[in-house]
Amino acid sequence: MVAIVDYGVGNLFSLKSSFAQVGAEVTVTGDPAILHTADRIVLPGVGAFGDAAAKLWATDLNRVLIDEARQGKPLLGICLGMQLLFEKSYEYGEHPGLGLVPGAVRPIREVVPEDLKIPHIGWNGLHFPANREKSPIFRDIRENDCVYFVHSYYGADCGDCLTATAEYGAELTAAVQNGNIYGTQFHPEKSGSVGLSILKAFCEVTPS
Amino acid sequence: MITKRIIPCLDVKNGRVVKGVNFQDLSDVNSPVELAKYYSENGADELVFYDITASAEGRRLFTDILTQVAGTVFIPLTVGGGINTLDDFARVLSCGADKVSVNSGAIRNPDLVHTAAKRYGNQCVVLSVDIKRVDGMFRVFAKGGREDTGMEAIGWIRSCVSMGVGEVVVNSIDTDGVKDGFDLELLDAVCNAVSVPVIASGGAGSIADFVELFHTLPKVDAGLAASIFHFGEVTIPDLKNELDKNGIVVRK
Repeated sequence: MVAIVDYGVGNLFSLKSSFAQVGAEVTVTGDPAILHTADRIVLPGVGAFGDAAAKLWATDLNRVLIDEARQGKPLLGICLGMQLLFEKSYEYGEHPGLGLVPGAVRPIREVVPEDLKIPHIGWNGLHFPANREKSPIFRDIRENDCVYFVHSYYGADCGDCLTATAEYGAELTAAVQNGNIYGTQFHPEKSGSVGLSILKAFCEVTPS
Repeated sequence: MITKRIIPCLDVKNGRVVKGVNFQDLSDVNSPVELAKYYSENGADELVFYDITASAEGRRLFTDILTQVAGTVFIPLTVGGGINTLDDFARVLSCGADKVSVNSGAIRNPDLVHTAAKRYGNQCVVLSVDIKRVDGMFRVFAKGGREDTGMEAIGWIRSCVSMGVGEVVVNSIDTDGVKDGFDLELLDAVCNAVSVPVIASGGAGSIADFVELFHTLPKVDAGLAASIFHFGEVTIPDLKNELDKNGIVVRK
């Protein structure tokens, strides 16, 4: 069973429907007991990092997520959910993250030229680093397949955990992986058949 | 590289798509769910649904339909029509819409843009503006283009963006329905005034009109059209092939 973490951030209807579409049994929950019994966990998120982190911390779900991830359960952070996996964020101040992926979340503007619009919004092609094996969630995805992005901040300095980038005046982090912990900056649930393939592959990765 | 978006727009009344469409492979050409699936499978980058229903019963049907669409189609969905309050935002977002388009509602109550952007984020708030030239000036029209508000359009768009609008759909009343190309003069003026994505609407009659749009105005992010797609005059795969041949980056 796939458990989508409900912590009062954003609407989860499309995300839930997209997992159902690829044949997964899926539930939306904020209950630590259900998260514990789930085979895999999805951490969604929209809005500001600080607000979302405050909600996770207030319900102690930060500890639950860290515990489950450390035990090897596959975890997928999407959009702001991916950013929350990082050590910290510089969105409106400085906020600690879950620390499950190395690096920090920084404004796109620091690396993207002035003439490009922010947020980075729309369909952009994925690029896979040549020097590492393709992350299992991308097993059915080809170089330059397009996915849907909406973001103004990006995950920086994630080193070897970087699994995909998108070109927007700079190579922006599109996806990360640290063992059983995965993150996508883009929205697979809004990325058509390419996105659904990624969710399906996540449903089939083996726990570590 | 970020791609130019192609967006079909569906008008829905009492739960049905109006201006019947012309696809032979659809069993029900007025079903919003079937059409949405068709477009999504044929390369549409995003879908816009306008609810043109006036009754409460029709509105309820629309949200039912929207829920069905969001449960079967996994590309971004924008919803407009009858968005006047924060409750209207909540109503369509809870059905699975990603963005909400405001038009007359923002003219009546400009604070709506600000409060919605604060609650749901700028990326969620789309401003749709109907614009017509009057006495040599771009003027904002309300109520589906029937009423001249007297407001100057570029200034109006700029002020809405400063209040938190994340994207602007520019509908030119002057070129709408003429099928002789987008209103490049108006779109250029809007692109020079704001730094959020601009979506061109009104006037597309052929593939060449889209090529001209993106060539002449590289700052335009997307092209929106209704009848030329619905009647099969232009198919999205053909359109994207031609854009690609002309060096315009699209998702294929």
